Amino acid sequence: MNPLELLLVAVGGGVGAALRFVLDGTVKARVAGFPLGTVVINVSGSFVLGLLTGLGEAGTLPIPAVAVLGTGMMGGYTTFSTASVETVQLLRSGKTRLAVLNGLGMLVVSVGAAALGLWIGRNP
Amino acid sequence: MNDERPPHHRLGLIGLVALGGALGTGVRAVLTDLVPAVDGVSWAVLGINVAGAFCLGLLLDVLARRGPDVGHRRTVRLFVGTGVLGGFTTYSTLADDTARLLDAGRWAAGSGYALLSVLLGLAAVVAGLWTAGRLRGQERAR
Repeated sequence: MNPLELLLVAVGGGVGAALRFVLDGTVKARVAGFPLGTVVINVSGSFVLGLLTGLGEAGTLPIPAVAVLGTGMMGGYTTFSTASVETVQLLRSGKTRLAVLNGLGMLVVSVGAAALGLWIGRNP
Repeated sequence: MNDERPPHHRLGLIGLVALGGALGTGVRAVLTDLVPAVDGVSWAVLGINVAGAFCLGLLLDVLARRGPDVGHRRTVRLFVGTGVLGGFTTYSTLADDTARLLDAGRWAAGSGYALLSVLLGLAAVVAGLWTAGRLRGQERAR
């Protein structure tokens, strides 16, 4: 990765992180008791990354664009650290079922979303 | 300086999160470039995610023990936690890599990689919280 590409990937990550912050804040203001914002963000971001990498494989989207929008923007938009903290918070407050839903449910749905995105991207 | 708007409606704070996210994403991109995936499994992403989960658990607990989430504590949480660590770690790459492994028929590798990531992430948060408690104890003992 050359310096310009790295800079663009970082800028993409900044945009993604800002999107996550605004979207999560908006969802949190409406839904209490379950970290729905992070779930929505991680599932949607996984779908878009699958789509981007699928388009990259099919040659529809140039690889540097996949890096900036995928590794950068979707990488910065989705987050593993907050998801892990929120699952632990649910466990600590005794909400075991919601914790499993958050930890395992989000994983399964995100992988499914990424697979769907990949499939659509590979078969334009 | 008494702004009543929620943080995610304030342009300055959104910019702060974006700056942190750009830094975290940049470091992640360099690390994943240096340590390429082996046979479709990215150990760099796993390490990044687990390290980021530990740091976020530690950070949030240290900040919460110091007082309410206002002023400079909130600024640090948003810049370092939401921004840098949020951008450093990634969920979409984990999901995409897992989907690829499963799509290639490598069910054991795919499900193993995904489950290991999530379980280690939880353990890392707990370790971060525990470390924050230890640090606080040492501070008090002084």
